[in-house]
This record gives sequence, C-alpha cells and structure tokens, in this order.
Amino acid sequence: MSADFDTPHWDTDVLVIGGGLAGTWAAIAAAREGARVILADKGYCGTSGVTATAGPGHWWVAPEHREAAVADRQKRSLGLGDPDWMARILDLTWTSLPQLARHYAFSTDEQGRVQYRGLRGPEYMRAMRAFALEAGATILDHHPALELLTDADGVVTGAAGVALRGERPWTIRAGAVVLATGGCAFASRLLGAATNTGDGLLMGAEAGADLSGMEFTNYYTPMQAGTNMARSMSFAFARWFDEADDELDIPAGPDVSPHLARALLKGRLYCRLDRIPQDIREVMPQVQPNFVRPFARMGVDAYAERFEVTLVSEGTVRGIGGLRVTDTLCQTAAPGLFAAGDAASRELVTGAISGGGAVNSSWALSSGQWAGQGAAAFARGRAAKAGERLRHIGQAGLRPTSRSAGVDLLAAVQVVRHEMGAYDRNIFRTGAGLEASGERLDDAWREIAAHAGGWGRGLLRAREAAALVAAARWSKASALQRRESRGMHRREDASGLDPRLASRQRSHGLDRVVTRFEAISLENASLEAVA
Amino acid sequence: MIEVVIDDRCGGCGACVDVCPSDVLARGPGGKAVIARQADCQTCYLCELYCPEDALFVWPETDRVAGVTAQQALATGDVGGFRRDSGWDEHAATHTNQHWRMGAIFERARLMAIDAADTARTEDGRTS
Ligand SMILES: Cc1cc2nc3c(=O)[nH]c(=O)nc-3n(C[C@H](O)[C@H](O)[C@H](O)COP(=O)(O)OP(=O)(O)OC[C@H]3O[C@@H](n4cnc5c(N)ncnc54)[C@H](O)[C@@H]3O)c2cc1C
Ligand code: SF4
Ligand code: SF4
Repeated sequence: MSADFDTPHWDTDVLVIGGGLAGTWAAIAAAREGARVILADKGYCGTSGVTATAGPGHWWVAPEHREAAVADRQKRSLGLGDPDWMARILDLTWTSLPQLARHYAFSTDEQGRVQYRGLRGPEYMRAMRAFALEAGATILDHHPALELLTDADGVVTGAAGVALRGERPWTIRAGAVVLATGGCAFASRLLGAATNTGDGLLMGAEAGADLSGMEFTNYYTPMQAGTNMARSMSFAFARWFDEADDELDIPAGPDVSPHLARALLKGRLYCRLDRIPQDIREVMPQVQPNFVRPFARMGVDAYAERFEVTLVSEGTVRGIGGLRVTDTLCQTAAPGLFAAGDAASRELVTGAISGGGAVNSSWALSSGQWAGQGAAAFARGRAAKAGERLRHIGQAGLRPTSRSAGVDLLAAVQVVRHEMGAYDRNIFRTGAGLEASGERLDDAWREIAAHAGGWGRGLLRAREAAALVAAARWSKASALQRRESRGMHRREDASGLDPRLASRQRSHGLDRVVTRFEAISLENASLEAVA
Repeated sequence: MIEVVIDDRCGGCGACVDVCPSDVLARGPGGKAVIARQADCQTCYLCELYCPEDALFVWPETDRVAGVTAQQALATGDVGGFRRDSGWDEHAATHTNQHWRMGAIFERARLMAIDAADTARTEDGRTS
C-alpha cells in the first residue's frame, strides 16, 4: 500500500480508533490535555457499536458505599479482579457522567432527583459525539482502520485504513494510538455488534501487544428467535417452555443461560412474559423503545402468547477478554499503543464473571479517559521525526504470504460463528472439543494468511475475517489451558475451581498462539480457600 | 433488515445515509435514499430514529430479506413507532425518556423470583 497522490494523509497527536463509549471518552480526555485528536470509526460515531443500541447502566455508587461494593465485587471476581482498579472506575464514573448534562437530558425521578446511572443508548452516543466534537476532536465516520503503522523502533505511530465512501485508502501519522474498537462478537448477530469483529485485537497483537482473559468469551443472552434483540431486562420475568408447552424448571437469575442452552440442545425453546406487571408493560416502550419493535411489527402479543427464543453469543462484549493493559493509563505491551473499553480485557474490574449490567460501561468510560490521557502524554514526549518512513505492519487479510487467491471469507466467518457460538462448543466446553475447534480455526487462519486480500470494501471484509479467526484462536487456546471451571468459563471435563489456576491468563501470537498464566498472588490463593 | 424506503415520504435530507453504522444506504437519483447494500444491514433500527419523515422501515428478522413492501410496512402500524416511543423531535413532550426506570424494573423481577422460589419451597414442604 504505497502512498500515492490520491491517498488522504493526516498528521495528529492522538488517533483514536473506534468511536463507541470508550473511544469518545478517549478523544475527549486527549483533547482536554491539549492534544490534536482524530477519531476514526468503521461506522458512524453515534450509532455504531454496542453502546448505541443498548442502554448502559453504570456502576454508580455513592462514595460511602464504595468500599462495600468493591469488596463484594472482588469476592465475586474469583481471584482475577483488582480492588484498586475497581475503586478507580467507581470514582471516575461518579464525576464523569454529570459532565454530560449539556448533551444528554438526564431524567429526574418522582422526588426530583437527577438519575445518572443509566443512559439510553442512541441518546447517549448522540451526546458523546456532540461532546467529543465540542472538545475539539475531528471525527472520521465510515473510516475503518485496517492496520497500525510503526516507526523504525517499532513504536506505534499511526494507522492506515479505507474510507468506505469512494473506497479510498487513508493513512494517519499519530504520536500515539488508542484502540477502542469494542469487543469481538464472533459474527453472532448480537444487537449493535456487526462492526465489532475484533479488528483492534488483531492490530494490537501485530504491534506486539498481548491479550488476557480470552477464555471468558461465553456469555449468552436470550432473544426472540430470528431477531437480534438481546435486551435482557424483560427476560428477567420470563417463564420458559419446551415445544410441548411444558414449563421448564429454570430458576430466574443471572445464570439462566446454561439452563436455556441445555434446553435448546434438546429442542425448541419458548418463553412467556406474562408475569410482567401491567404498569411495567405500559411504560416499556418508553424504557426500551427498541425491545418492543419486533413484537409490534410481527404482530406478537409478547405478554400473552408464547414466542420462540434462542441464545445469542456475546463473545468478548459481555464476555471479558481483550488487550492487556500494563499500566494505570491503559498502555498495552506495545509502546505508543493504548487500549480502552471492550477492546481491553476487563478482568481487572470484573474478574471471571461478566461486567454487563454496570461494570463494563464504567470501565469503558474510565479506561477511555485514561487511555486518552496516556496517549496525549506519550505523544507530547515524542520528538517529531518529519519525513520518516513508517512501516505498515498489517499481515493476515491484507498482505497474503503467498499467491493472492480467492478465499471463501463467508465460509471462514461461518467457522468462527459456529465454533464460538454453538452451545455444545462454547458453553459446555471440553478439552477434546476445544482442540477440534482449534484445528478448524487454524486451517481457516492458514488459508486467510496465505491468500486473502482485496481492495476497498473487499479488503475490509478480508481483514475482518482475519480478525475474527485470530480472536477465536486466542479464545480456544486459552480455554483449553484453563483446565477448571471458573466464572463463565465452564469445563465439562474439569468442574470446580482449581486453586493453582487462580490467576489471569495471557495470550499472544499470530501463526502460533501462546498462552501463559500469570504468577498466582498469595492473596488470590487465600481467596480461593474461602470461595 | 432494512426493507423499504417509502419513496413519497423521503425528503432527501441524507441523514440516514450519514448515520447508518453499516453504510447500507446511499443517495439515489434525485437525492432520495436508496438501499444500496441490504445484506450488510445489522437491523439496528437507528436509521429510523434519524429520519424526520418516517420514511424507513426495518423488519426484525436478521437473516433474510423478507420482501416487505411500503404498503405492508404501513399496515403494521409501526412505521415511525421507534422514533415516537423514543421521544425524538416532535414527540419529545409526549414520550419522555423513561429508561432510568430500568434499575427498579430489574429489582422488581428479582423480588418476584425470590417470592416464587419461597412459594415453591412452601408447597414442596406441604406435599412431602
Ligand atoms: C445489549 C447490551 C446491553 C448492555 N447493557 C449494559 C449495561 O446495562 N451496563 C453495562 O455496564 N454494560 C452493558 N453492556 C456492555 C456495554 O455496552 C459495553 O461494555 C460498552 O458499551 C463498550 O463500549 P466500547 O466503546 O468499548 O464498544 P462499542 O460501543 O461497541 O464501540 C466500538 C466501536 O469501534 C468501532 N470499530 C470496530 N472496529 C473498527 C475499526 N477497524 N476501525 C474503526 N472503528 C472500529 C465500531 O464501529 C464501534 O463504533 C451491554 C451490552 C449489550 C450488547
Ligand atoms: S437498520 Fe441499522 S444497519 Fe440497517 S440500514 Fe438502518 S441504520 Fe443501517
Ligand atoms: S433520513 Fe428519511 S428523509 Fe432523510 S434521506 Fe433518509 S429516508 Fe429520506
């Protein structure tokens, strides 16, 4: 990809890749430090990503209750969390959300108290876009990044991608880069996740970053069959039925998904929402306006009739794994490269259980700001080397190692969707199953690395397929090595916690995937004893 | 999946073309919106929210083109329903954002589940 006269080229201090919750906060924080900021999103900053279609409730805890909240969360993190990081995101969430009041119309309750905890997705991201623009960031919509650039020393110095309108390549030279590309939904049809294909994980790994917690990729959410409406609130009231309309004995609670998955492995699964009280039904369209659309349009009376449901895999979105941050400003192991939001591992604040429902959005908001600050500081400290040649470091999907040839990308994506989605593959895991998945994914990787490439949108699709396969391989390898069941990671052939594995697991590597457990801390070992 | 642009409603403002996260829509002849890459649609409904004319209709099925016509869309009675319930633009006064009630709703569900479990336990006690 040599630059020609048609290639738009920009210079900036901080480049933020991804414009969801984490990316917009990163852009704002970097701009506040005085940095020139460009934010590039694959879609449109304001509608793309999972924040925009959801309604994130934050970890919003008054100062006097924070110590208890952290202690509780730390216990539930099953040895993988870090109380200092938990306290940090609680503090920053509390001071950050009220700053949005100029752009988001916060509601008040019956007593007139302003409600900051939960924000509705489309309005939240519309506000974040306005906030980022106000802070001085330049936003490039429909500008997916495809690869990172480094200087001669391997320090990350920008990115290159394609502008979808006109399908023209772009390059941006930057003093530092923030990856805020969201989680990887492994091509499941999770609401809002179509652009979240793990690109940031692959780009980061090529630059020398490593990952952590990639075994925690098996959080599933029920939704009406055939749709993508993974809003979970109403299902908290659900009763579940098999095809013969016999009610299933599935207790309500946060851990229903494995029960539902077992039922789905036997046959069709149905749901009734008839326990939802009348007053909630009436207000539902104004609480979650998207949730009611499928019913309204398909003529289903959701509160009276049964309807068919399936589970959708959320990958690392309401799963956990991602790029490992190495310091308090969220720098990765690659110099000049920072990670935030779902693109980063959330083990520090969630441990081995999902951060959906509160912790994830607080993490996105906080890690975004730290990464933005860190990137601004890093960029300030760099001597400008004008005219220096930058290296384009992207490989699989961009630069085939042998003859470029037609690769069936849809088939490769389907392998990922199946291996990372099928209940008997990804919820109920076994060593043999993980090995078999790993082999199929290795084949897909070899094929893509050797032959895939393209132009314009086609190049983006090839790169997305490479990223999906890469992320799935880190996940399977990590799950194989964690021979125990911890949090959402469930091994049918190794039930229960193994105290020797009470630590986080890193992964890296492209053609050859490597994983390694961190040294176990004494504190975790003793926590294990009480768990 | 996005199914139709209701042509006689579209005013050609281009908002949906700009905001679609999957770059599905484009400006057609005369500036009106057209569905250019339907297979890329991720069924997020957000184009509807940004369309001031309620000229777009998304069908909830994600995996196939259902072939909904403008007439069929209008017959559902829900064209523009998402924007209305969201209280955007002219609906702001009548459809306020009640999203903040989510926490309390989850709590109601939790308490109901505890109640149900208690009842079940008591009944078990009686039968055994
Ligand atoms: C249905 C649902 C409900 C949820 N509810 C809650 C909740 O109540 N509480 C809670 O704490 N958490 C919740 N979560 C999780 C929470 O929404 C996420 O953790 C958080 O929004 C992540 O923000 P993000 O910025 O990291 O990712 P996203 O918002 O997904 O943004 C990622 C962005 O990166 C862009 N991108 C991807 N690849 C590229 C590329 N190559 N180049 C440029 N841009 C790229 C995407 O287009 C996207 O805009 C929920 C998640 C879902 C799916
Ligand atoms: S539903 Fe979403 S992805 Fe589909 S056309 Fe509308 S905005 Fe685009
Ligand atoms: S937003 Fe509505 S009115 Fe504007 S171009 Fe799109 S369909 Fe037409």
